[in-house]
Amino acid sequence: MLARVEERAVAAAQTEALAVERVSHAFGGRRVLDAVSLTVRPGEFSVLLGLNGAGKTTLFALITRLYHSGAGRIAVFGHDIRRHSSAALARIGVVFQQPTLDLDLTVEQNCFYHASLHGMARRVAAPCIAAELERVGLAARRRDRVRQLSGGQRRRVELARALLHRPSLLLMDEPTVGLDIESRQFLLDHVRLLCREQGLAVLWATHLIDEADADASVVILHRGRILATGPRERVVAQAGGEDLKAAFDRLVHAEAVT
Amino acid sequence: MTAVQYGRCLDGVIRREGLRWVHQRGRFVSALVRPLVWLVIFAAGFHFVLGVSIIPPYQTYVPYEVYIAPGLVAMIQLFQGMQSSLSMVYDREMGSMKTLLVSPFPRWFLLTAKLLAGVAVSVVQAYIFLAIAWFWEIAPPASGYLAVLPALVLSGLMLGALGLVLSSFIRQLENFAGVMNFVIFPMFFTSSALYPLWRVKQSSLPLYWVSEVNPFTHATELIRFALYDQFNAVSSLVLAGYLLVFMAVAVLGYDPGRGLMARRAGAE
Repeated sequence: MLARVEERAVAAAQTEALAVERVSHAFGGRRVLDAVSLTVRPGEFSVLLGLNGAGKTTLFALITRLYHSGAGRIAVFGHDIRRHSSAALARIGVVFQQPTLDLDLTVEQNCFYHASLHGMARRVAAPCIAAELERVGLAARRRDRVRQLSGGQRRRVELARALLHRPSLLLMDEPTVGLDIESRQFLLDHVRLLCREQGLAVLWATHLIDEADADASVVILHRGRILATGPRERVVAQAGGEDLKAAFDRLVHAEAVT
Repeated sequence: MTAVQYGRCLDGVIRREGLRWVHQRGRFVSALVRPLVWLVIFAAGFHFVLGVSIIPPYQTYVPYEVYIAPGLVAMIQLFQGMQSSLSMVYDREMGSMKTLLVSPFPRWFLLTAKLLAGVAVSVVQAYIFLAIAWFWEIAPPASGYLAVLPALVLSGLMLGALGLVLSSFIRQLENFAGVMNFVIFPMFFTSSALYPLWRVKQSSLPLYWVSEVNPFTHATELIRFALYDQFNAVSSLVLAGYLLVFMAVAVLGYDPGRGLMARRAGAE
């Protein structure tokens, strides 16, 4: 009995927060993703690096089931996104590249709306909203319309909102685009803290190489194909560059030559 | 997900739609001004040009204002139906359709919740219009105001479902002007909203048949009859039929496996 409980605990610990296996996708004749595989484990901060048009946003749309891929499999904590989409989506928090807040509603109203989309009762949601807004330093602005907030503040609200239902996997699609250095650093630090403290698994898409710090895992996506994946140091070593920037350039350049 | 959670989700979607409606004062005002302009200016102008003979549900000659009022109520719902779903898709500012669709609830339920939220708003708008119209002597019997409620719900559902279909399929209608030109105006003008169909029949038989199958005609007629305490069985059946078809098509259009969402994304 005890052995089985232990076994299950081990299995749970090994469960990948996100498993993408040989996923391909094409829009008409244009192939956007080609046999993409990657994994993110609980507590891991995984940076999906790619230039514009690499296929990052398409990959995010497939993981969040906005539409299905032509081939391959995507699982969130073992739940297949096609067959058990409800269980999978319940564990995902997402911040899309485009802003998705209602500008005419207040910060709090936006958050309550999101909580209801996850079936949370208002009285359960209220303390969660207060806590998450506090963490991103916007508790005092909760009754302000989103329109009155700056770009950086809106992103912080989106992050707080994405965490309301206590997801175990956080997807961030180019969250720092258009933000000033301070806001960008705040978002990065906050998300890194959540990885460490709560074991949150994060897939962070960006084209800004310096957002992958020393402890991050790196996935390099270029024209729909994965060129390298693993801890940052290993990717740099394998590509033979002196830093990640050089490694990235080298990989992308080699790809262009072949 | 339990039934209680489904209820919370529906409640949240309706609250949001209501809040948006109250906060966007421009939308609120224009939704009321539009039909009032038709009622006060257009109908006054045509008051002596167009006589309306005694046709059901009216038992006497009615002034033109009285004749077009039900069509204007339906027009409110048509605009609301188009706006609530299309604005979600075309508002680059928000991309809020994504927020809705990544919810763990089944997609058909999310679309239905969205639809019901739009209907709730359109019914309130319709009653506000009817209240103002009362001062222009659009005064149906008191019981008519109650009888019209189910008619408003059915027509609102049908027109909202049509909006969902358009939002899932049509890429070309990139802005609301396109929707006005190619959906709202044709539907409004080829219906019984502005003139009774027997008059249309006299001038053009093909146009008459177009009007007969136009769902907007039946929305107008159902509301018209209900306002005078009568039940238009044909129109309610036609509306229910269109509602089922539009809803089925909308669910297909938003099905992640059908590739319509993907095709849209690919075209962006």
